[in-house]
Amino acid sequence: MSVQDTPTVGAMARLERAQPKPEAARPAAVRRLPVQKDWPTWALIAAQIGILVGALSLWEIGARTGWIDAFFWSQPSAIADTMKIFFTTGDAWTDISFTFRSTIFGFLIGTTAGSLLGLSFWWSRNYAAIVQPYVICLESIPKLALAPLIILVFGIGLVSKVAVATALTLVVSTLTAYAGVKALDADSEKLFYSLGATRLQVFRKLVIPFCLPWIISVLRVNIGLALTGAIVGEFIASQHGLGRTILYAGQTYDIALVWVAVLVLSTLAMVMYAAVSWLESTLRKGVRQ
Amino acid sequence: MSFSAPKLCVADVSMTFRTPTGSFHALAPVTLSIPQGRFVSLIGPSGCGKSTIFNIIAGLLEPSGGRVLIDGVDATGTIGRVGYMLQKDLLLPWRTVLDNTILGMEIQHVPLRAARERALPLLHRYGLAGFEYLYPNALSGGMRQRAALLRTLLFDTDVILLDEPFGALDAQTKLKMQEWLMQLWSDFSKTVLFVTHDVEEAIYLSDEVHVMGTRPGRIIASIPVPLARPRVRGSTLSPDFLVIKERCLELLHLDPTASEPVNEAA
Repeated sequence: MSVQDTPTVGAMARLERAQPKPEAARPAAVRRLPVQKDWPTWALIAAQIGILVGALSLWEIGARTGWIDAFFWSQPSAIADTMKIFFTTGDAWTDISFTFRSTIFGFLIGTTAGSLLGLSFWWSRNYAAIVQPYVICLESIPKLALAPLIILVFGIGLVSKVAVATALTLVVSTLTAYAGVKALDADSEKLFYSLGATRLQVFRKLVIPFCLPWIISVLRVNIGLALTGAIVGEFIASQHGLGRTILYAGQTYDIALVWVAVLVLSTLAMVMYAAVSWLESTLRKGVRQ
Repeated sequence: MSFSAPKLCVADVSMTFRTPTGSFHALAPVTLSIPQGRFVSLIGPSGCGKSTIFNIIAGLLEPSGGRVLIDGVDATGTIGRVGYMLQKDLLLPWRTVLDNTILGMEIQHVPLRAARERALPLLHRYGLAGFEYLYPNALSGGMRQRAALLRTLLFDTDVILLDEPFGALDAQTKLKMQEWLMQLWSDFSKTVLFVTHDVEEAIYLSDEVHVMGTRPGRIIASIPVPLARPRVRGSTLSPDFLVIKERCLELLHLDPTASEPVNEAA
């Protein structure tokens, strides 16, 4: 980008110089297109790093001079020390693995079951008409409000976290797959039936491939929702997980550990988001739509 | 049945749709009898029930009365007996052109490999060489129509219904496609029922033209086209052709309920 823009900007500058100067007499008359010059990429990155380092330094200095209350806000040096301890002698890997597993299982179960449920509405208009109000009801319930109940039923282990994550993702996938089913062109179905197709053939060769782009489009939304579900489940009752660590650290005023767990959690979220984005674009290429 | 049974027979087929405000008489009893290997056209104004007849023949719609016979056997309300090409090409965007054309065979459980082997030479011979492994969105309107027609042909039924297949094409492409269709028809010796708005197209392609009227949809005249085959473009200017064309246009305009001007483009 920037390399291409530079000569244009240079040419403009030359034009400006070539202009005669009588406009000086009527200063307001001539306006030019505002030109924004793009910085080179290294400068942008340097600025980003600069802001981060600056903010951390201010935080650290503020905490040491007493301008920021280190008891409530902690300070970067303490957070770094806690980070080291968390990963060397602490439960870092147990917690990461626990939260990761809850999220992935919830994501997979919710997305798969939801998509199948949404697709199943194609099979019978009567069935769809009967079940649809319940699905909409389920959508309007704030699922997180049900989390305490889910924990009671499924216990404080991994299963209950998976259940909360599933509850959040299932409805989204159901409604999206159903939207795909509703967008199906009646003439395409007609074509299949004119070729003597059975309902199963129409479902496999038309409905599923047609709805796949819809199903794929919610994967990124669902991974975020699944992580939220897993964390909330851990907040309520758990023995492991990053959510549980955040809650525990907060209750014991170990603010540095709160920051550490939040940082690790953000990293986990970014990694999973990137992986699902990659999956989504790969699937899209496979589906060609 | 008897030796002389027509390939396709539409016997007294009528259709009444129930609507919230009462009932709508879409099709008065219509009778059509088409011998093996004929090319027959239906022309008529919009809403004359051409598509309704097609849906009934294809088994996608149960008629209120009458029967559809194929080779003298009752085929009313049964699907998969005739090849039906709808107005839209309806190519599946996630399948290559080749895999789109074998859809009918695939549904009839022909092994994929065998189906592809059968389809490939036809794609080559009928103007889709080099497009076999492309996806439909890379094709022009004419090419998409070719693929859709080959899909219909490869379904391997004796009777083929074509519902305004060239309606959305520009004039030049349309002429080319007509020649192409003639070539296909003489190579495959199928029985074709063709719907169009274009009188000249109907006469040029057909052995017989049925002119339809509206409210209710019915056949008001059946005009044989005795022009020799193979036909050339010039025959559309021959006196015989013009007489038939004039008669068709007259019939279409005589119909007092005709709701739309008929396409007379030459």
